[in-house]
Amino acid sequence: MTAGPDVNELYQEIILDHYREKHHAGLRDPFQSEVHHVNPTCGDELTLRVHLDGDTIDDVSYDALGCSISQASTSVMTDLVIGRTVDESMALFDEFRHMMHGQGRVQPDEDRLEDGIAFAGVAQFPARVKCALLGWSALRDALVRAGAEVPDNESEM
Amino acid sequence: MYDVDAVRRDFPVLERTVGEFPLTYLDSANTSQKPRRVVETMAQHLLLHNANVARAMHLLGSEATEAYEGARAKVAAFVGARRPEEIVFTKNASEALNLAAYTLGSGLRPGDEVVISVMEHHSNIVPWQLACERSGATLRWFDVTDEGRLDLERAEREGLINERTRVVSLTWVSNVVGTVNPIARIAEQAHAVGATMVVDGSQAVPQLPVSVSALGADLVAFTGHKMLGPTGVGVLWGRYDLLAELPPFLGGGEMIEVVRMSGSTFAPPPHRFEAGTPPIAEAVGLGAAIDYLTVLGMDAVAAHEQEITRYALGALRGIEGLRILGPTEAIDRGGAISFVLDGVHPHDIMQLLDARGVAIRGGHHCARPLHERLGVQSSTRASGYLYTTEEEIDRLAEALVFTRDFFAGRMASGSGTARRRAAREEARRLRGAQPTQPDQTRTEVGA
Repeated sequence: MTAGPDVNELYQEIILDHYREKHHAGLRDPFQSEVHHVNPTCGDELTLRVHLDGDTIDDVSYDALGCSISQASTSVMTDLVIGRTVDESMALFDEFRHMMHGQGRVQPDEDRLEDGIAFAGVAQFPARVKCALLGWSALRDALVRAGAEVPDNESEM
Repeated sequence: MYDVDAVRRDFPVLERTVGEFPLTYLDSANTSQKPRRVVETMAQHLLLHNANVARAMHLLGSEATEAYEGARAKVAAFVGARRPEEIVFTKNASEALNLAAYTLGSGLRPGDEVVISVMEHHSNIVPWQLACERSGATLRWFDVTDEGRLDLERAEREGLINERTRVVSLTWVSNVVGTVNPIARIAEQAHAVGATMVVDGSQAVPQLPVSVSALGADLVAFTGHKMLGPTGVGVLWGRYDLLAELPPFLGGGEMIEVVRMSGSTFAPPPHRFEAGTPPIAEAVGLGAAIDYLTVLGMDAVAAHEQEITRYALGALRGIEGLRILGPTEAIDRGGAISFVLDGVHPHDIMQLLDARGVAIRGGHHCARPLHERLGVQSSTRASGYLYTTEEEIDRLAEALVFTRDFFAGRMASGSGTARRRAAREEARRLRGAQPTQPDQTRTEVGA
């Protein structure tokens, strides 16, 4: 009988750091759109706001109830996208999603995904991939609602 | 004397290990494991007696029909129905409750009231919401006390069940907090105002000796897969005279009497409610599960469940930082135990327990309103069954203490963020102009 993947790969220090100290947490003004996303299987809930300055993401603020993976992933995401353009952010989402669906076989680019590379371990736990993508999906939705031009790429699982 | 070790030998899955740990299956309120006998009976049926039921007139057709109707008779006897025709096979308890809500709902009018409770599984909430939306009837509900029991006093005070009430639909045993509800007493109140009493027996029928005739209910829904049977077969028991009054639910083959292009007439119960080819092998498997439960004896099964629940409540009460939702004593209480652990989200608890072979459920267990009422976002649930041992409960408790300490330790270990950032910057500087190398020491990709 095989053991599952090592749980220590899932709960890396980077992830628990972000879980403990969520970056950019809390809901702030001003914002152009606010979305509420849930993960119906486990009940995680996320309210997320975006504020755009032209095509640059000026602020992402959020209020989240959920597991360490979804909360940490949202925190890491805000570090990555605040100050970046919508296009750059969505390109990062694509890379992150590619890594998450790679079952642990995709080599992430740390210079691009920064702390996001810690989630490569989560990719070995299919049931938790959705947790790691919750914040990103909410961001994409919020950008669309804020009127940003978001590339229409493949569905999110 | 109940021999749990002998019982366990009938369930091959319980011999599995997860890495170095023995499998500890404590998710039986979600679905139970299956004994060999159930699987073998289904295999035998499919391999040697397979045919469609009722419409096939050849030898195999007769055998299949006999097996399917035989399973109906076993279910009827098991729950104390007055006749097999009171047993309707569905695909699960949700479909059984939808059948009840759709057919009873067709008689609802604006001003009528349907009463449920805040502790219901979503499958005993949503079908009634839909029925009320369609008919203009009003949905009302029992609140619960902070201890997770139906707030009967408040219901009394507010006249919850009154002359406008047409249907009362309640769970017998809560799938979250384990509460056993006083169905007979509420059925009496419902009947006094002419309302129909519907019961969600999904968690009760697997655990308790049941006599639907003595319960006082009019319709009882339950499912095969939580009582050692396969998935894909559920049951709606109904008082025959009530079933005979209800309109059809799904239309199709086998539920009709005469079909003309201008209109059709319908078969009597139970076939009126079984459109299309039913889950034949699954019903046969459920029959085998009932044989198994009958040999053990439901009194013994219930006594074991009580003993394990009492033991588990004691073990969990002893864990600092853990709070049990609902009744903390094994009195009027079923085997599902939900709890919260300070500082650790249920999804994370589930993950760490899973790594130690302990299978439990984290989330809102299809009962979001109850969690909201109890002031928690989600919870962790452990649920044993007739094969659960005290040793398994000890493993659960150990794994929970490990989980609590794992997170407490890491969450208290000071800020790693600044340190980590500096390390990353340093690594970047050292890499200089060289092509970026994935950081193997940190990500262990593909390890």
